[in-house]
Amino acid sequence: MKKISIAIACMLFLMNITMMAQKKNEKVQKVVFNNIDTIKDKAITSPPFSEGIFPCSRCHLNHITNPQKRQLIIHDSISNMFNHDKENRWCLDCHDSKDRNYLRLASGKLLDFRESYKLCGQCHGDKLRDWKVGVHGKRTGKWNGNKQYYLCVNCHNPHSPRFKKLKPLPPPVKQGLRGY
Amino acid sequence: MQQENNAKKSRRDFIKKLSIVTAGTLALASCNSPGFDEFLQGNFKTLSKKEIDKIIKNLEKKYSTKYGKEFKVSAKPAIDGTLFGYALDLSRCIGCRRCVYACVGENNQSRDPQIHWIEVLQMNKEKGIDFSEANAQYNPDLVPEEGHFYLPTSCQQCRHPQCTTVCPTKATWQEPDGIVVVDYNWCIGCRYCMAACPYGARHFNWAEPNIPDEEINPETHYLGNRPRIKGVVEKCTFCIQRSREGKYPACVEICPVGARKFGNLLDPESEIRYILENKRVLILKSELNTQPKFYYFFGV
Repeated sequence: MKKISIAIACMLFLMNITMMAQKKNEKVQKVVFNNIDTIKDKAITSPPFSEGIFPCSRCHLNHITNPQKRQLIIHDSISNMFNHDKENRWCLDCHDSKDRNYLRLASGKLLDFRESYKLCGQCHGDKLRDWKVGVHGKRTGKWNGNKQYYLCVNCHNPHSPRFKKLKPLPPPVKQGLRGY
Repeated sequence: MQQENNAKKSRRDFIKKLSIVTAGTLALASCNSPGFDEFLQGNFKTLSKKEIDKIIKNLEKKYSTKYGKEFKVSAKPAIDGTLFGYALDLSRCIGCRRCVYACVGENNQSRDPQIHWIEVLQMNKEKGIDFSEANAQYNPDLVPEEGHFYLPTSCQQCRHPQCTTVCPTKATWQEPDGIVVVDYNWCIGCRYCMAACPYGARHFNWAEPNIPDEEINPETHYLGNRPRIKGVVEKCTFCIQRSREGKYPACVEICPVGARKFGNLLDPESEIRYILENKRVLILKSELNTQPKFYYFFGV
């Protein structure tokens, strides 16, 4: 009986240690966020922030969080364009309510903005799969070496994701009309 | 008697030939010496390393003088173990023609008369891929347009190219990495290859090519984007000056929708192999058995 109680005590002690270690890890991860991804040979472009907007905490640190859908005042352009499943979503479905410098997965895990593709991949899993193998989206660099990956948000505005139409460059000159 | 006749004949022949040779030499001697070298230059495939180096040096000097900037002409051979392949996502292309002009700039195509190695065809969604319904002249304010999709064409880099087999001077051939190239110094401008190509991918310099000095790209390859002359045929080379350095072709890098994919068909880990193995893929005019290495696919 005594032996069993000692064993249980030991187990509890060990569990405690591992839990503490995990907590510590989380804290470190939250501050550093350097290990963006493990995909080899790939650099990921930076997210297209408007100038001077990041870090968000500069303004948001002391703001009271209001989760209500409403016309935004500072981010008016975002609430005007917003059409990413407008009926069902609002800011804090993707942005972390407590620390606006991070995005947040449904699981509660915080994400650096450079890892935003993981957030997109929560719903668009097939696109994420194709992006990782280089079929969806754009890569530049070397076909046999280091590549630069464009983030989802480099082409799709996350608040209004449909790819915007472009003005086409001029059509070719009709051959045979120019005296050649 | 018989012998004497023969002797007379051969003497006459000798004098005749001598006069022709003298006239020819005089004509050539009036050219400057690099021009003379160029005239006597052998087929690129038969040249030694030393001969190639000399030709490259002469060309770099010639182009640098002509365009007023430092030129690099590479003769880098194919990388071992590569066979280039290309894939274009028809479900993504929006027909913006960014690729066409990136190609023109990168590959020093003549601006006037205009040569485009890439032609984007507007297709009718209801008709599918039907070249009789295709329109290259579309010019709306914005693309993509309702009811249409776009199919960019260029050299299909066939495994069985018909253009090379018809060339009477062997001025065009398929390289070990699969790129079909032209030696502009050996092209005589007969345009048989243009008649043989089922994809309209070859283009002829009807006049002296015209490129503004400030727009010329001085990073060139002998078999690719070095400046051309009047009377030669040219075509897409998968940006040989870039791809042999490990870079993506210019059209891949410019495409705003990421519809263009490029890589090594012999590398099972490459993007291009993933596409061939996992996506719905088609080639143009498959019934001709040209076996293109340019694939079209549907990403969604």
